[in-house]
Amino acid sequence: MAENKSLIGTKNKKGQTFTDTWTMMNDAPRTPSFYTGSEVIKEALRRASCDVMIAYPITPQSEAAALIGELFAEGYIGDYFRGESEFAVMSQCAGAAFGGARVFTTTAGPGTMRAMENFPMWSGARLPIQMIVTCRGINSPLSIQPDTLEIAYLLNTGMLVWHAETAQDFFDWILKGYMVSEEPDVHLPLALCCDGFFVTHTKDVVNLTPADMCLPPYDPYRSPVPCMDMECPPVRMMRDPFVMKSNYISYATHASWQQEIWAAVERSRKHTIKWINGLVDTENTDADIMIVASGTAVSQGREAIRLLEDEGIRCGLVKVKSLRPWPEEEIREATKNAKHIFVPEFNVTGWLAKEIKATIPNHHRVHSGPRVCGGMTMPPEIIVQEIKTVLGMKTVSLAGRGS
Amino acid sequence: MSQYRVLPGPEHFLPPAAASMGIRLPNPGEAHINGVIVSEEKAYEEAAKQFLMAKVPTLFPGPLVLWAWNEKAAKKATAIRHLYNTLKECVQPGQKPMLIPMPDYRPKYPKINPEVEINPNHPNLTIWHNKIDCCMFIGVHCHQANLSLKIIRGGTSCYTIAMCAQAGHEDAMLSFRDASVEKIMTLADWVRKLKGTVQPRLTSAKSGASN
Repeated sequence: MAENKSLIGTKNKKGQTFTDTWTMMNDAPRTPSFYTGSEVIKEALRRASCDVMIAYPITPQSEAAALIGELFAEGYIGDYFRGESEFAVMSQCAGAAFGGARVFTTTAGPGTMRAMENFPMWSGARLPIQMIVTCRGINSPLSIQPDTLEIAYLLNTGMLVWHAETAQDFFDWILKGYMVSEEPDVHLPLALCCDGFFVTHTKDVVNLTPADMCLPPYDPYRSPVPCMDMECPPVRMMRDPFVMKSNYISYATHASWQQEIWAAVERSRKHTIKWINGLVDTENTDADIMIVASGTAVSQGREAIRLLEDEGIRCGLVKVKSLRPWPEEEIREATKNAKHIFVPEFNVTGWLAKEIKATIPNHHRVHSGPRVCGGMTMPPEIIVQEIKTVLGMKTVSLAGRGS
Repeated sequence: MSQYRVLPGPEHFLPPAAASMGIRLPNPGEAHINGVIVSEEKAYEEAAKQFLMAKVPTLFPGPLVLWAWNEKAAKKATAIRHLYNTLKECVQPGQKPMLIPMPDYRPKYPKINPEVEINPNHPNLTIWHNKIDCCMFIGVHCHQANLSLKIIRGGTSCYTIAMCAQAGHEDAMLSFRDASVEKIMTLADWVRKLKGTVQPRLTSAKSGASN
């Protein structure tokens, strides 16, 4: 960020000091604060030097979107408005990013699905938009409750996809996410996901960076594609797009373009590792039994590990922080000693277990579950029960729980 | 470390992106040759050798240096012209240095004029038409440079060099990063330094015209 580095140490119109991001995130003093996840999103945005935020109401992200509206009223966001629908919002985000703005938006569940066409377009156009996905049910009959199925649909869009466990992850990763997304060799959108309500609507202690420090502004002139050049792809989509031509070289160019998007996902690996301290966190990787999870299933897994320890059963944990780039090597390494690998998930299909099975040798070790969905909670006892059942140990049925 | 090497093609009907094969970009102060991280000094020497060996060493300046949109761009353009003039001075009879711009990235139909420009959507046409066997991209936006470099590697035997102002290009056979006026001038100095010490491939049947 050669040009923007010169702004470090200067103040913005709100009196915040543009601060080197590494210094701000790692060396600046932190203040413990008791906030909901939605409030944490607002506090991260306060420090993000964001140019444009576009909102549309859909539970459970509506509160965060409304709170960012307050930030706009206070002068911390360059522009803020409500789109006509989620599809419109994501298209408008593209327009703002094409124009060289740092862009932020939030969505959830059916909203994510409605806007889906835009996400591969964002990636293909190399737009480093950040989108918070507060996951909820997507199928009919509609549910507003936590369910992570929508993440499965994002995995092949070419976006970076991270899955936050806690509000602290959220705060740090919103700010760090821009640093990864905006690297010129990456320059891709980021879907920063969390489990709706569990993270957005519960309060937790979050250590915040000083409010008078903010990120350096985005420098669109480092973009790997021209900024808002209406004569050139990817902006110039509808006049002579090569995809509309029927000849070998048009297909080959489009293929090369697609490869470049996924090459950029690969390149994000080293930046992601640097900024969020690895694609995974691990504990007790020498254990015979491992729990591999993402999002709040990690928290439930931790509690299950504690319960198992009380019974003398040692169990390790892999917290998958980044889903794209996918931590293939890290998961292989962390699970190499495991005889049994359990993958608790908040969705009906078990997309994380499928990814892990496709990653590790001897994938019969993977026990896909336990899984809950449709807004159900996942008591740690059901993870314990699943593990003990596989180990052939006596368990107490939890089937009547909640009745 | 990846066993894959970024080598002159023709590699494949659809060659992979080198990044997807495990090739990593150099850190500041480094470069890569064939996907292996090396010192910048070694890369200068190799790039100069490749230019001096080539029958048609060619510079492809892109929009970032073709327009004087800031002072740095104008200075880089002057340095590129100096490098081109140096090449012309240092090659032997039979070698034909060229300077062909990539003025924009629009897909052009029915086709570009390969004598006067190169286009990222079908760069192989310019390589084939002019029998270019060594080229250097400079001032091309990274995404478009990578498209070009992959297509060239897929369908031609041209040796590709990238003088990138950002993080470099895995899809080139040799890539510098953080390109500056000084780096372009240093490369010109290396070309001059190696003048007369490198045997050109004038008799080789192999050329960029491979399909």
